[in-house]
Amino acid sequence: MSRPRTYKTHGIVLKHMPLGEADRIVTVYSRERGKLRAVARGVRRTTSKLRGHLETLSHVAVSISEGRSLDAITEAQSIHAFRGLREDLQTVSEAVYMAELVDGFSADSSPDAKIFDLFLGSLVQLDEGRSSPQLVRFFEVQLLASSGFGPEFQRCVECGIVLEPREHVFSLAMGGIVCPACKGRSGEAVVPLSLNGIKLLRHFQRTSKTSMPEMSLSPALATELQRVLRSYIRHVLERDLKSAEFMNLVASTAR
Amino acid sequence: MGRLIDEFHKLPGVGPKSAQRLTYYLVRMPEEEARSLAESILAVKERIVLCSQCYNITEIDPCELCNDPARDETRICVVEEALDVLALEKTSSYKGLYHVLHGVISPMNGVGPDDLKIQPLLARLRNGSVGELIIATNPNMEGEATSMYIHKLVSALGLRVTRPARGLPVGGDLEYTDEVTLGRAMESRETLPSSP
Repeated sequence: MSRPRTYKTHGIVLKHMPLGEADRIVTVYSRERGKLRAVARGVRRTTSKLRGHLETLSHVAVSISEGRSLDAITEAQSIHAFRGLREDLQTVSEAVYMAELVDGFSADSSPDAKIFDLFLGSLVQLDEGRSSPQLVRFFEVQLLASSGFGPEFQRCVECGIVLEPREHVFSLAMGGIVCPACKGRSGEAVVPLSLNGIKLLRHFQRTSKTSMPEMSLSPALATELQRVLRSYIRHVLERDLKSAEFMNLVASTAR
Repeated sequence: MGRLIDEFHKLPGVGPKSAQRLTYYLVRMPEEEARSLAESILAVKERIVLCSQCYNITEIDPCELCNDPARDETRICVVEEALDVLALEKTSSYKGLYHVLHGVISPMNGVGPDDLKIQPLLARLRNGSVGELIIATNPNMEGEATSMYIHKLVSALGLRVTRPARGLPVGGDLEYTDEVTLGRAMESRETLPSSP
């Protein structure tokens, strides 16, 4: 029998589920190895050495030994626990939403450093109390672009014509804006998008930064962008995100 | 027999091999013992109900804890699962009432606030006889989120809302303690009683 191989990596804990008496299967999004699942043995016991270092949404360094069916976490050390983020329901709900998106848009063991940096950068912003609706929108646009689902905001997705600067409609099935001439031809579901909304989305998509540019958003524009991106993400993932629902619920009880 | 193996396999902590072993054990078991096991499983399903007040599992409604006149009715301790009630009862240091949520807000696993017994809790609190609400959900991300959510909902009721203290576990190891736990433990230090 060959000796088990071990490797070290670091990543953000996306979620975990209980396994057996005291174990947990932990899903980590790592920079070098993408999304990976590993069992943390005995982690539900109060005296576990791993416990506390493998909290959801923590940035952790882990040692993992490769097993036959499931890999096992042998060591864990939290790098950044994002304590500030956890103390406010709004920021927790936003961070959980981002985690669910990363989980939904990533396949096992396909690393993407850009998505990792975006996710980590957004968590740091939330942790520092710089939460805002546009932070989540920016995250959505960037994640979609990095995952290959980047929406088209420059040209009509049907005929390829460069769009005139005016309000347009966004086709969920085509993943982009359709020009007035093509609108209604396909009969697909469309969402209206204002000129300011289009400008902002283009800006979000173009910027090469991994963190959100500072700017303020009118409530109407924030709602519009949320509706467009939420509908498009639901269309791509083919399911409703529970964390999106929770995020809205939290935002509505805060008012 | 295949069906029985499958049924055992559904139980928590029972893998395919254990399920087979249990099934073969049952095959060799005397008939009256097997019958007694089957009857007790049925009895659990028929007789056990959820308490209409605290949602703990019970054979009588309201449950023994809610019925006990010696319990402090001005305190309600919110827990995630009925097993947490057993754990807290074992400490003998809490004499108030309970409220079992039957889960925790966990959007990643598809559980939202509406899937928990939060509305009945609010109804209980609005009755006005409760002075302190202890939110004893687990000290992890989901438990904290649930705690903050409940806190937000009850903030208008003017109750004292508390959380159990966080700190170092008995038999634990300082070196391996995570930064959040250790930080909180240092913040809520206890003064040792001064020696005579």
